[in-house]
Amino acid sequence: MALLEVNGLKVYFHTRDGLVKAVDDVSFSVDSGETLAIVGESGSGKSVTCYSLLDLLPKPPARIEGGTAMFDGVDLLSCDANSMRHFRGNDIAMIFQDPMTSLNPFLTVGEQLIEPLIYHPDKTRIQTRSNARLRAIELLDEVGIIEPEKRFDCYPHEFSGGMRQRVMIAMALINEPRLLICDEPTTALDVTIQAQILKLIKQLQQKRNVAVIFISHDLGVVAGIADKVMVMCNGTVREAADTESVFYRTENDYTKKLLAAIPEGPKVMETRAQAGAPLVEVTNLKTYFKDYSKGVAGTQKRFIKAVDGVSLHIQRGEILGLVGESGSGKSTLGRSILQLAPITEGTVSFAGTQISGMSPNQLVPWRRKMQMIFQDPYASLNPRMTVYETLAEPLLYHGIATRKTIDEQVQHLMDDVGLARANMRKYPHEFSGGQRQRIAIGRAIATKPELIIADEPVSALDVTIQAQILDLILNLVERHNLTMMFISHDLSVVRYISDRVMVMNKGVIIETGDTESLWADPQEKYTRELLKAIPLADPKLERERVLSRSL
Amino acid sequence: MFRFAINRLLQAIPVLLVVISITFLLVHSAPGGPFSADKAVPPEVLKALEAQYKLDQPLWQQYVGYLNDVLHGDFGPSFKYPGRTVNELIASGLPATAELAFYAMLVALFIGASAGVVAATRPNTLQDYLPMSAAMLGICMPSFLLGPLLVLVFGIHLEWVPVSGWGDSAGDKILPAITLGTGYAAYIARLSRGGMLEVLSQDYIRTARAKGLPESLIIAKHALRGGLIPVIAFIGPAFAGLLGGSFVVETIFQIPGLGRFYVQAAFNRDYTMILGTTIFFATLIIVFNLLSDMLAIWLNPKLRQEARGDH
Repeated sequence: MALLEVNGLKVYFHTRDGLVKAVDDVSFSVDSGETLAIVGESGSGKSVTCYSLLDLLPKPPARIEGGTAMFDGVDLLSCDANSMRHFRGNDIAMIFQDPMTSLNPFLTVGEQLIEPLIYHPDKTRIQTRSNARLRAIELLDEVGIIEPEKRFDCYPHEFSGGMRQRVMIAMALINEPRLLICDEPTTALDVTIQAQILKLIKQLQQKRNVAVIFISHDLGVVAGIADKVMVMCNGTVREAADTESVFYRTENDYTKKLLAAIPEGPKVMETRAQAGAPLVEVTNLKTYFKDYSKGVAGTQKRFIKAVDGVSLHIQRGEILGLVGESGSGKSTLGRSILQLAPITEGTVSFAGTQISGMSPNQLVPWRRKMQMIFQDPYASLNPRMTVYETLAEPLLYHGIATRKTIDEQVQHLMDDVGLARANMRKYPHEFSGGQRQRIAIGRAIATKPELIIADEPVSALDVTIQAQILDLILNLVERHNLTMMFISHDLSVVRYISDRVMVMNKGVIIETGDTESLWADPQEKYTRELLKAIPLADPKLERERVLSRSL
Repeated sequence: MFRFAINRLLQAIPVLLVVISITFLLVHSAPGGPFSADKAVPPEVLKALEAQYKLDQPLWQQYVGYLNDVLHGDFGPSFKYPGRTVNELIASGLPATAELAFYAMLVALFIGASAGVVAATRPNTLQDYLPMSAAMLGICMPSFLLGPLLVLVFGIHLEWVPVSGWGDSAGDKILPAITLGTGYAAYIARLSRGGMLEVLSQDYIRTARAKGLPESLIIAKHALRGGLIPVIAFIGPAFAGLLGGSFVVETIFQIPGLGRFYVQAAFNRDYTMILGTTIFFATLIIVFNLLSDMLAIWLNPKLRQEARGDH
């Protein structure tokens, strides 16, 4: 009998809009030393499955309608609140997706770290504070926190995202759990940090022989770390098998669709760049922000150099990819080019005219020629405006449409971005994430711009939706003769869509090149590391890579 | 933190100046004057009185003279209490009012915060609806209705506490404190419920649960600090409001506080008294707002460190 055996698990949400079968008849098992990956898109029920094991779902609306989850002979689903507390943070520990919000900002990291030790109902583990502290410092060291004694008394905001996730891992391991549940533990992290965290989890698991349930939407991540894979969709299991079978020999249509949606490899084609004068020319651009926080070594930094001397050009018709990790300044660079962020130094020219230094009024006629698509389609659309209003606004403001023609023009826009005309009077919350991004794209192309800067336009989307939106963007670029700067942290996406790629780090451009030559022969060490850190959806290759990547 | 405080106090100067100017203009433009009483005063006496209190000077001269006095911490003589200065009157009324406000604040914080926290732990159940309905009632109930009701029940029928007075007999501070504090308790209950609900939905509360901490510890240690920050931000203005709004309660319970002087001064056209009390309350509001903002900063580790690195 395996350590955890889940049988016929059913979790339903009783909402005002009716019954949602979040998890419907799901069975799986995982044993010590084994890693089970649960893969699926958002809403597939993968997280709900795991939260229900530790009774972490909000009830109501959630209700467990059936099934058993035998952990070492005890049914987790039917045990009372007190025995559940014995399991939580003790035999079963959990790591969450977003390390930025999963630690309490009001308490020191050390205090939070030792809590599972000193407050646990399992009296055999009760320790004195000083013992707990020593144990915690030991673990911090093990998960790769430098100077753990000092860091013990720091607050979460003094840690980077990757370091916080290490703290979360240490916190999960402190009571030596037998089952570790990781809920998208690397989704919020940069690709190089992701590689480090994956390696760490894999090493710790091998050392301690724990069972791991690894929830992810990213098949590449799963390939290197899982022994078994369970694919979920709409609350049901679509496929469950060992990792090799799922990746190499799947017969399941849904799994095939997921694998096919991974943007891998180049889209072979001629460069779209047109000869002649570039559309955008940036010379020695610098954007500094005032820094009010204390410097790392106690020194006062006066400025954050978000963009520190960047020169670039974008040819008409081309898609220029801009990759970099969080904090590299790539978003600020995009906004600076569009004059949406105050430039400290340097010039930006658009179609031969210098637009940096123009007053807001002078910029108005240029704005319609340069548009932006933002990352989060949930936040970037006004929730109180219908799609119609959102799309009509720029058309009317820039005088492109009149009251007479506006209806027709908005309908054309809806067609362009693949939305049904019937949905015109709906509000953003009535659409899915992918549809909302279509609205945002429609808003951007409404004024018939020449340049679009897309800032992580597919990062918040599921992989199958991501593929659709990327194809929509490619299609629109060609049909409307657009020029685009495509900003992303995801190198595979950038490779798929771009003609030329720039790699940015710490405010400067590290390397520029044609997409395929850059992939084939990166010149800079940073680029090589970045490329090496991308997980491949190939278990045989990826397994070796997970552990061989240098920390 | 120090620079933050100095900055805020500097910002307060123009605010106070505007308050003084508007109040000055308003009291002087209101019909009647401090000496236009019911019975006619002989013109020569009136003239002498006006000369004594400099009311015969042009308005701008009075204004400049008054500003100069205020700058030296002198609110001038009272027009209605001969021989007493406004400073003396404020000093004599303040202790009772401050004490009343303090007790009322204790009542408000204790009842309000506990009701809010209790409600937030089980939202949309009876445990939530009951205290929140009571809070709604508390907000709607004016103190001139609640006070006499409390007196009727606990003072006259049950004879548990005295019906009025201040410091004369044991327990005579209970009813005024409750009467004054109830409205604020209700606000604090709603604020703390909202704050707690938001914090309890945070990811780090889920982390705490996943660690196996008992629910009581999760509330007390992980949720309370963040959840009560809106309440702390409210304490400052509430305190000032309690001090200024106590006149109804002071009247009901015959308390010799500042609030009563304030209202009487308005009726009597006691120019200096109105101005003096207004400036005094305005200063209190500014100071208490500053204090509660500083407390809210201090409670947040990130802001605290940034504030420390500030000077």
